[in-house]
Amino acid sequence: MASKRFLYMNRKAPHGSVYALESLEVVLIGAAFEQDVSLAFVDDGVYQLLLNQDTAALGSKNFSPTFKALGDYDISKIYVEAESLEARGLTRDDLMPLTWEDEDDDWAEKDSIHIVSSEALAEIIEQQDVLLNF
Amino acid sequence: MKFAILVNEGPYTHEAADSAYQFTAAALGAGHEIVRVFFYHDGVNNGTRLSVPPQDDRNISQRWSELGAEHDLELIVCVAAAQRRGLLDADEAKRAGKDSDNIAEGFQISGLGQLIDAGIQADRLLVFGD
Amino acid sequence: MSVLHIVNKSPFERNSLDACLRLAQADSAILLIEDGIYAAQQGTAVSDRVAAAMAKYQIYALSPDLQARGISEDRLIDGIKTVDYDGFVQLACDFDKSQSWL
Repeated sequence: MASKRFLYMNRKAPHGSVYALESLEVVLIGAAFEQDVSLAFVDDGVYQLLLNQDTAALGSKNFSPTFKALGDYDISKIYVEAESLEARGLTRDDLMPLTWEDEDDDWAEKDSIHIVSSEALAEIIEQQDVLLNF
Repeated sequence: MKFAILVNEGPYTHEAADSAYQFTAAALGAGHEIVRVFFYHDGVNNGTRLSVPPQDDRNISQRWSELGAEHDLELIVCVAAAQRRGLLDADEAKRAGKDSDNIAEGFQISGLGQLIDAGIQADRLLVFGD
Repeated sequence: MSVLHIVNKSPFERNSLDACLRLAQADSAILLIEDGIYAAQQGTAVSDRVAAAMAKYQIYALSPDLQARGISEDRLIDGIKTVDYDGFVQLACDFDKSQSWL
């Protein structure tokens, strides 16, 4: 069966609720299905990618380092909406560097994070087959 | 048309659990196929057989069980989300050394892969959540 | 056809309608369900935006959710259509995919 295009739409901040963590668990499991996977981070979802998250004092699981493993699962299309970053006073430098190695380009390390406009993201949404929201 | 349904919220707290049920019932009524109903996050709590709602209210888990029996539905509860929230079938309860299971008739515990598979198999995936 | 966008939260409580209006392409449909139906009313702080959005999108509201909340159809912005669950299922068939703005 031809692969489908799956987009995981993340609009919720981490730690305040379980959605970000359990969404990431779906992404990791889903990676084994060899579908075309993209992740979008919109609104408070962009906070999931912030550097320096430390949940030690909460006693909860800090899953943010797991995002760095996404490249190993061949997930290289991580779209962050520019308008959402700007509305929160954030720039690319506030986000974790996420990379993947391009097999077709002598394993060159490339950025997985693509900061895109609303218009561009709207087009990406339109191109999907399955839209997953948590 | 083949539908898959994702239910992200538990019963009674969020209308999402009702909306998912009403959509599923309407789709079946119109002759469509439901590939799978997948319960995730607090949605796994729709699968408990231990809820005792008042007589004049709907019984959300029983309602799913009945719809499931009538239409041979796959009602799948995510194992990882279920274990966190204390929703267990007999096997899981035994494995975890718990004194009871609580899964309702017609629900099955399985992995997250079943959600992805549902997205692949179905023509449409509908997500109900908060 | 393209995307059926589903908004289930009040525009006075959450930003899900904002996100939807920002990220839905023209010729999509927007279905307001649950507390999302409050966006369908005339004379609110968001009515003008919703009415303006109707130039780009078909907008629907789920009638069982309107009735449950005591919002009669004559209070809706002109041009918003109502559907019941059978209509919801039909919209889900008519559009290639759905995006629930959770």
